[in-house]
Amino acid sequence: MPLPSCRVSIGSGPEIPVGGSILSSFTAENLRTLNHQDTPKWLCERRVESYNAFESMPRPSEKEEVWRYTPIDALDLDAYSILPALPRGASEVGQGYLEKELFFEPTRWSSTVSGDLGQREFSGNGLVGGAKVGGLELDAAEESLGSVMRGGDALVRLNDAFHPDAVVVDIPDGVRLGAPILIYTWLPDSFETRPAYFPRTLVRVGEGSDVRIVEVVSGPLRVKGALVVPVTEIVVGDGGSVSYVTLQTLGSNVWHIARSASRVGERAKLKLFTVGLGSHYDRVRVDVSLVGRGASSELNSVYLGRDDQVHDIRTQQDHNAPQTTSDLLCKGAVADSSRSVYSGLIRISHGAVRSEAMQTNHNLVLDESAHADSVPNLDIKENDVRCSHASTVGPIDEDRRFYVESRGVPPETAERLIVMGFFDDIVSKCPIEEADSFLRAEVGSGLKDALGELPGLPNAADAGQEHRSGSTGSAGQVR
Amino acid sequence: MSSASKGSIGLKVHGLKAEVGGHEVLHGIDLEVGPGEVHVVMGPNGSGKSTLAHSLVGRPGTNVTAGEIRVDDVELTGMASFERARAGLVAVLQQPVEVPGVLLESVLVSALSGTDRELTLEGVRRCMGEEAAAIGLEPAILRRPLNVDLSGGEMKRNEMVQIAALRPKYCVLDEIDSGLDVDALGMVASRLERATGEWGLGVLAITHFERLLVELKADAVHVMVDGRIVRSGGPELAQELEHTGYRPYG
Repeated sequence: MPLPSCRVSIGSGPEIPVGGSILSSFTAENLRTLNHQDTPKWLCERRVESYNAFESMPRPSEKEEVWRYTPIDALDLDAYSILPALPRGASEVGQGYLEKELFFEPTRWSSTVSGDLGQREFSGNGLVGGAKVGGLELDAAEESLGSVMRGGDALVRLNDAFHPDAVVVDIPDGVRLGAPILIYTWLPDSFETRPAYFPRTLVRVGEGSDVRIVEVVSGPLRVKGALVVPVTEIVVGDGGSVSYVTLQTLGSNVWHIARSASRVGERAKLKLFTVGLGSHYDRVRVDVSLVGRGASSELNSVYLGRDDQVHDIRTQQDHNAPQTTSDLLCKGAVADSSRSVYSGLIRISHGAVRSEAMQTNHNLVLDESAHADSVPNLDIKENDVRCSHASTVGPIDEDRRFYVESRGVPPETAERLIVMGFFDDIVSKCPIEEADSFLRAEVGSGLKDALGELPGLPNAADAGQEHRSGSTGSAGQVR
Repeated sequence: MSSASKGSIGLKVHGLKAEVGGHEVLHGIDLEVGPGEVHVVMGPNGSGKSTLAHSLVGRPGTNVTAGEIRVDDVELTGMASFERARAGLVAVLQQPVEVPGVLLESVLVSALSGTDRELTLEGVRRCMGEEAAAIGLEPAILRRPLNVDLSGGEMKRNEMVQIAALRPKYCVLDEIDSGLDVDALGMVASRLERATGEWGLGVLAITHFERLLVELKADAVHVMVDGRIVRSGGPELAQELEHTGYRPYG
C-alpha cells in the first residue's frame, strides 16, 4: 500500500538574474516582473487583484486602534525595494548560521526549507513520513492560500501581491511526522538599497495528522535597513495537531511586521510559540479561530526589548464553536529605552457554549526609560463560558528580590537570576523539544546583552530538561 | 545548650527603634542571643514581633530609626540584606515568596559564593538532598521553581533546607510553626535543636505557641507587648504564658 504523500512545496519563483537585482518599489511594473511564464494563472491574477487593493487602501496609521502605541507612521514604504533575487552565496551563509550558531543537528529534522530573499531553496533529507518531498506544486495551494488570511490591511495586500514564492506544508490525512520541519528565512546584508521581503507560508494539515514546524527569521545584524512582512496561514483539520515555533532575531534596522491566521477544526490542537528578540520594530499579530467543536489552541509568546526596540504583540482568540479552549501567555521584558505593547482580544461568539479562554500578559520593566503597555480585551456573547485575563507591568517584584537577596545573594546576581527565571518560566513551555536548547541559547544571549554576564547556574528549565531526558528520575513538573 | 557569650560574640540588639508607614512600632528593643542559644519572643498580635524580625534582616518597608544590630563584631544597621546574610544573620519569615523559574540550588550557590562556606553546585545538591531527607521534604520539590505551588508545610521545610545549607550564625524565625502539623513541627524543631550543637546556631524564635519548645529547648523567653520587651525569663515563662495569656502585661 503506497504511503500517503506529504508535500513541502516551494512556489515557482521568477528566473533569477546572476548577481541579483533590486526593483525600485511597489509598482504594477514590478508585479509583472514577479509574474512569469511558470506562475500559475490564478496566482498572477491574485497578485494583480491584491496590488490594486493595496493601491486603493489607506496606509497603516497610528490613529487606528490596531496600530496604537506603535511607531508605524515612521515606516516609509517608498524607502524599500522589492527584491526578487539574491546574490549567490547567501544561502551557504544561512546554512552555516543554522548549523554553527544555532546548534542545529540537521539529522533531527524531517526537512529543511530555506527561504532566502527572493529565493526558496529546498534542502534536507528529502523524506517526510516515508514519502518523497520537494515537488513544486503550487497549483494545489490555490484553494488554501489566502483562505485563512482573507482581505487584510495594506501590508497583507503587499504580501499577497509581492510574495516571491510560498512555502507550502501540506500534510494529508492520518500522517504523523516524527521530526519537526525547519523553515528558515535568512536576510543577507549585501544590498545597496533597503530590501522589502514578503515571506509567505501555508500549513495545511489533514484529519488526525500531526506536524511540528520551527521557523527561524534571521540575518546578520549590520543590514542597512529592511522591511520583512511575513504572512502565515495554518489550517488544522479535524483531530489534527500543529505545533509552530517562530524565532525572530533580525538586525536592529529591520522592520518586522508578521501576521499569522489559523483555523482549528473539531478536536484539533494548535500550539503556537513565538520568540521576538531582534528588529527595530517587531510586530507579531496572531489570530486563531477555533471553528470545530472541542478545538483548542495555546499561544506562548516571549519578547525582550533592548536599546530603542519596540515589540508589539497583538492576539485574537476567536471561539466560534462549542467546548473550545484557548490558553495564552505572553511574557516579555523591556530594557534600556525599549518599549513593548501587548493587546489581546478574546472573542466568544453566540453558540460557543462551554468554552474556556485564558489570557495572561506579564511585563518586566528593567530600566526607568523603558515602557510597556498591556491592553487585554474580552468580547463575550455567550453565558455558559469561562474566561479569565490578567496582566502585569512593572519592575522586578520587590518581595521576590528581597527574598533572594536575604539569603546572601548580591543584588545584581539576584536580579539576573529572577529575570532568567522569568524567561525560563515561559521558554520551558516551548512545544517542540528539539527547539528547546537553541531557543534558550538565543534568549540567554539576548539577556546577556541586556543585563551583562549571567550566572552560569541551572534554572527550572534545566530541571525540566533533565526530567524530559530522564537523567533524574525524581525531577518535578516544571510548569 | 547555653554557652556563655564572651566579649562581643553574639547577636546583639540594643535600643532598636523602628517604624512602619511612618508609625513607630518598636520603641527600643534590647536582646542578646549567644552562639547555640535559643531565645523565644512571645507576645500578642500587633505587639511588633514581625517588625522586629523584618528590621533585623533589613526588609524594605521597615525603617530602623535608632539603635544597633550587631552580629559578633559586625554592625549590621544600614547594611543591605545580602550583606547581613553574609555576616551571619538569616530569617525565615512568615510567607516565603514564589520565585518563578528559579531553582533553590542556584540561589544557594550564589549566596555561598565568595564566603567561607563556598560550595560547588554538586556540593549544594548533596547538602540539599540530605537536609530534605532529614526534614521530610520530598526531593522532587527541590527541582521545582522556588516556592512555586508549595503547600505551607512544604515551604517551611524548604526554608529549613536553606538554613541548613547556608549555616548562618544566627537565625530569626517568624512563626515557623504556622502552617505546620504536629509531626512537621516536631521535625523542624528538632532539626533546629540539632543545629545549635552542630554549628552553634543561635536562634531567635518568634512564636505564639509553646508547642515549638517541646523539641527546641529555649534558654530564654521574652514577652513583647506594644513594641517593648516587658519581661524576660527562663523556659518556664513560656508555660506560664500558656495559662495566663498576655492579659497581665496589657
